[in-house]
This record gives sequence, C-alpha cells and structure tokens, in this order.
Amino acid sequence: MAEVTTTDDDGGEPPTEGIQIDMISADRMDGLRTMEKIRLILDGVHDDNIVILESGLQPEEESKLIERTMTEINPDGDGFTGIEIESYPGGSGGDNGFLGRLMGNDDPNTLTVIGPADRIETLHKDETLISTLITRQ
Amino acid sequence: MFMGILTDLRSSISRATSSLFTGGEPKRIGIYGPPNAGKTTLANRIARDWTGDAVGPESHVPHETRRARRKENVEIKRNGKSVTIDVVDTPGVTTKVDYKQFLEHDIEKEDAVRRSREATEGVAEAMHWLREDVDGVIYVLDATEDPFTQVNTMLVGIIESQDLPVLIFANKIDLDEASVQRVSNAFPQHETVPLSALEGDNMDEVYDKIAEYFG
Repeated sequence: MAEVTTTDDDGGEPPTEGIQIDMISADRMDGLRTMEKIRLILDGVHDDNIVILESGLQPEEESKLIERTMTEINPDGDGFTGIEIESYPGGSGGDNGFLGRLMGNDDPNTLTVIGPADRIETLHKDETLISTLITRQ
Repeated sequence: MFMGILTDLRSSISRATSSLFTGGEPKRIGIYGPPNAGKTTLANRIARDWTGDAVGPESHVPHETRRARRKENVEIKRNGKSVTIDVVDTPGVTTKVDYKQFLEHDIEKEDAVRRSREATEGVAEAMHWLREDVDGVIYVLDATEDPFTQVNTMLVGIIESQDLPVLIFANKIDLDEASVQRVSNAFPQHETVPLSALEGDNMDEVYDKIAEYFG
C-alpha cells in the first residue's frame, strides 16, 4: 500500500525549501520612519525573501533605498548583489495608470515587488500586470 | 491624495523653477541615467565644445564612470546670451552590481571586484548628489533600449520630487534601432531632445534647450 508521509525518513535535509513572500500592508509602512522601512525591506531581501509592498515608497525613500542597497553590496563577501524592484510603470511619472484612475487614487505609489537581484527576474511588465520569475538558490 | 496632487503639480513647476534661479553662481547640472547611456560621452562633448577639455574616459564597459566628476564654468553662448553651468557627470544608476558582469569584458576577478566596489560607492554618491547638490538634471537614455525600466521610472520620479528642472536626452540616434518616439512616450510630461553625443548630431538643439531650461 502506498504510504503518504510528510517526514523525511532519510534523516537528511528537510524535503522542501520554499520561497518566503512578505506582503507588507500600507498601514504597517505608514507607521514606520524612512530608515525603518528600508531596513524592513533590505533585511527581508538579505534573508532571500520576496517583499511585496501594498503602497510602495515615496521618491525620497526610493532614493535612499538605492543608496543603502549600494552600501550593502560586498562583491567578495556574502554574495548579495543588490535588489530587483518593480512597480507598475507610470506610477511616478504623473500618469497613475488605469487602476489608479479607476480608484480615484492620485497617490503616485503603487504595489511594489522587491527581491534579491540574483533570484528575481521580470518577465513582463505593463500598467496592469507585473510578471516575475523567482528562482530557488 | 495630497502627495498625488503635489506630484501632478511638479511637472508644471519643474519648468517654471528654471526661470527662478537667482544669483551669479553657475548652476550645477547633473547628467544622470542608467549605465552605458552615453553620459560621459555627452559630458565630454559639452566640455570639449565650450572649454576644449574633456571630463573623463568613455567606455563600452558598464560603470566606467565610478565617481561623480564636475567640469566647472562651462560657458554656453546662445543667441547673443551666455549661460554658465557646472556639468556633473555621474555614475550610471542601478539597483544591482555583480562583479561577474565585468568578467565578460576580459577583466580579471580581482579588478572586477574592485570595479564593483567602486561602482556601488559611485551610485550611492550619485544619489546623494541628486538629493542635495544639483540644480537641474539632464536625464540621458540610450534610444535603442526600452525606456520603461524601473530605474528610469524611479529616477525621474525622484528628480520630479526634488522640483528640479529636467530635460530627457534620447541619445544614440545615429544607430538604426534608435526610437526617439519610444523615449518621448515614456516620459510625456518632459521635453525629449534627440541627439548623438558620439557623432555630435543635433547639438545645436541640445545647447538651445540647455540655455532655455538651465540658464
């Protein structure tokens, strides 16, 4: 009789290693200072997680995120090569896109996906869809 | 909602602010854009045309410029008037740097690691300049490449949030694959100027626009 089990009878490594996705609400981000937001994002990315922000970052915060990311890349160190970040195009350019207009939302920030540069690849992006490929290490 | 209204106002304010510059100090105009867009080629073209000197070495290897370089007191004469600017050539902005990309250009690992370290420092430095030390921005794009990238969207958003006057330069129009229309479609809220910094194509319009926006 076939046996279904979730344990690893070989006593070796756990049978599965998933990819952790942290979805952070706008409410949670609203309560944080700029550096706290950046730390929350980069700590997640350093742990090889994918971080999804409901409401994205303000331009000043994006600027500091890029700067902070650069200071944490150590070419001969832990292998961290930076971040991949994607949000709907048009979000910062004055045109808030179809979804934003439909919701009557003039806020420039939109849902944003951030992950380790060596594990996330954007396959397609338009005003209504971000399609990414996330690879295991 | 409030920030959205502010953002909407920014594009119209950005042009207006160019006429509000006061004082005799030259305006610091930062040349920004992704790696390999031709920023240093443009900076050298401007500097050579008006001062006879270059700003820095050009290369097809990404991140050749790893420190912001300033060429001071570049006096541009247009239509009987003169405009004096400091040209700040900045490292190409990116969110990732992997030393392995340099190995593809026949660079040894030790040198590639050093270049990567310098490149990351340079990008951080460029972001700092953008927040505090430039009065206007020339955003340079390779017109043969897709302009709808996250870095471009973020950088233009950051520039707009600073209320800095900005010109979009669609570079490399000497190449067959170049599409100026694609660039202007990506940033319809700003003026796009086509050029080839390498060949010197359309530089008259480039200098007219620099004088108009940053003078």
